[in-house]
Amino acid sequence: MEAHYWRDLWYYRELLGFLAWRDVKVRYQQTFLGTAWAVVQPLTTVVIFWFVFGHLAKMPSSGSSYFIVVMVGQLAWQLFANTLGNTSGSLVGSAQLISKVYFPRLIVPLSTVLVALIDFAVVFVIYVIAAVCTRTMPDARILWLPCFILLALLLALGLGLWLAALTVRFRDFRILVPFLLQIGIFATPVGYQTNYLSTWKEILALNPMTGVIDAFRWSMLGAPDGFAWYSFSFTLVWSAILVSSGIWYFRTTEKTFADDI
Amino acid sequence: MNDPVIRVENLSKLYRISHLANQRTVRDAVHHGLRLVWRRLRWNTRLKREEFWALRDLNFEIAKGEVVGIIGRNGAGKSTLLKVLSRITEPTTGRITLRGRVASLLEVGTGFHPELSGRDNIYLNGAIHGLTRAEISRKFDQIVEFAEVSRFLDTPVKRYSSGMYVRLAFAVAAHLEPDILIVDEVLAVGDATFQKKCLGKIKEVSSTEGRTVLFVSHNLSSVRQLCTRSILLDQGRLVFDGPPNAAIAAYTRQDKTKASYRHIAGDGAARITAIRMPNDGGGDAVYPIFGEVRIEIHFEAKPQAGSLEFFLLVYSDDGECLAASFQTDSGARVRADDRRQSVSVTFKNPFAPGRYMVSAGIFDAYRQFHDWVEFAEAFEVVPGFADGRAFDQRLGQVSLSATWSP
Repeated sequence: MEAHYWRDLWYYRELLGFLAWRDVKVRYQQTFLGTAWAVVQPLTTVVIFWFVFGHLAKMPSSGSSYFIVVMVGQLAWQLFANTLGNTSGSLVGSAQLISKVYFPRLIVPLSTVLVALIDFAVVFVIYVIAAVCTRTMPDARILWLPCFILLALLLALGLGLWLAALTVRFRDFRILVPFLLQIGIFATPVGYQTNYLSTWKEILALNPMTGVIDAFRWSMLGAPDGFAWYSFSFTLVWSAILVSSGIWYFRTTEKTFADDI
Repeated sequence: MNDPVIRVENLSKLYRISHLANQRTVRDAVHHGLRLVWRRLRWNTRLKREEFWALRDLNFEIAKGEVVGIIGRNGAGKSTLLKVLSRITEPTTGRITLRGRVASLLEVGTGFHPELSGRDNIYLNGAIHGLTRAEISRKFDQIVEFAEVSRFLDTPVKRYSSGMYVRLAFAVAAHLEPDILIVDEVLAVGDATFQKKCLGKIKEVSSTEGRTVLFVSHNLSSVRQLCTRSILLDQGRLVFDGPPNAAIAAYTRQDKTKASYRHIAGDGAARITAIRMPNDGGGDAVYPIFGEVRIEIHFEAKPQAGSLEFFLLVYSDDGECLAASFQTDSGARVRADDRRQSVSVTFKNPFAPGRYMVSAGIFDAYRQFHDWVEFAEAFEVVPGFADGRAFDQRLGQVSLSATWSP
């Protein structure tokens, strides 16, 4: 039965792309500004954070321009936030489909991960422009970036699978996600850096996204204190727990999605 | 006969109503949990859980190439059976063995995105049903041709008429080339010509390509035409399995009195017990256009019910009320105490070919309801006139019984 499910998942792999393609196409077809939205939103956040943390609060930046520090933080955070937001609402968003057609339900949240990756690519282009302008080109450590992207995706997916399945049963989890993300953007070092917050470092490391953002900055900007193994180890443990338990919970509740949704 | 493509053993499906409807939020669930605990501690009782078996102990096998019609009243479990067979939901107990690929069309246009064009939706819909891009491309032209939408391929489907929508949806499903095709009451939406085309396609798919079709319909004449076998469900149980004609006869013989009539209004001082439309064969009564329809309304009345006035309503198959007749339009009231047990009404059938539902009721002297039963019976109008002419696809829901002068 279990093996059968994963074989089905493989069989339906093209649907994954089709659903992502549908979401992207519809979004850019419906909105007047199209792609501009994907740029304006994160850019505004970066500018505000750069102004508040860099100018008003005068947080120190380790050599590179503060703008690019926030930019890299936002890059990682947005990938996580979009993936989590997309996956957690995905099942309820496809209620009609789920109650009328069979396919492995994992396809639905997985396809929204692809959509988040496309948004990520758009913001990445802004990063490249910012990096060129501020002359903070990364060195060979950038080659590690795909691993850290994967890690952020796994974290978001693991949590997203839990929330997606729970939302089918209890609709109030839908309200929880924006709330969680609102707190998260401040509880995560998006607008500031951990290496200057010695007292808070240990507590911040409990947040799995701290490790991801530290790692992003290490690979894209370099870190004077070296790689943040402490926060990174928490990230690894968290992602392993969330992904495996998320898949487990999703699989056990999947059978009744069509009845409950 | 070779191995069955569908084998169903001891299949049952239980729904818990309280769990579904009342606990949509965490707060409700906590509240419910606390109530259970309180009842246990305070009164040592449990909350009655509303459960019902949508399917109960079904056993059957279906061989390759069979076209099986599933019939039964609303709530008999037809749609649940299709859902379980298409793996959308799991059975509570029992086993299903399916051989080959299943495609199901349980609703018109599932997975269509209104903003996307017809072309995009064909690909999307194909993928939802498990086709690869290459397979869809190969069948694309056939689908477009069958659906007759080639001019509108690049129009978003939200601008499609409902007829075009249905055509496109059916066309995709029919070209999936599944080993087992499962179709719920979806063809009811299209126009008559297209319905005929769909039925023809289903026939072709099964007889020439050897595919198995499962088909739910309220349209008994299409079940009769199309199916090689029919299964009758009643309250989740299989009550008949055999040739369509016999199944339809069993269906229409099902005890339709009291139990199944829905009394939607009235004080009960007088009640309708049966509505009969005498006809020879089994199945719905069948009339040609302008053929004489005779409907008997059987009732029981308490003597104090006073004077009774009967009325008759005719609804289209999708529930729209098309016509009414009140007893005092052309006759006298009935007195409740004169021991009469039935009245009858006759009219020349004006309705266009299709299926119609009959509702009847009883008013008191002030036109307050004694009783009103909804959709108690149905009749069918065949595509032909009482004098033997064939139906000419004219417009209009009704044909006037008019007099023309030169």
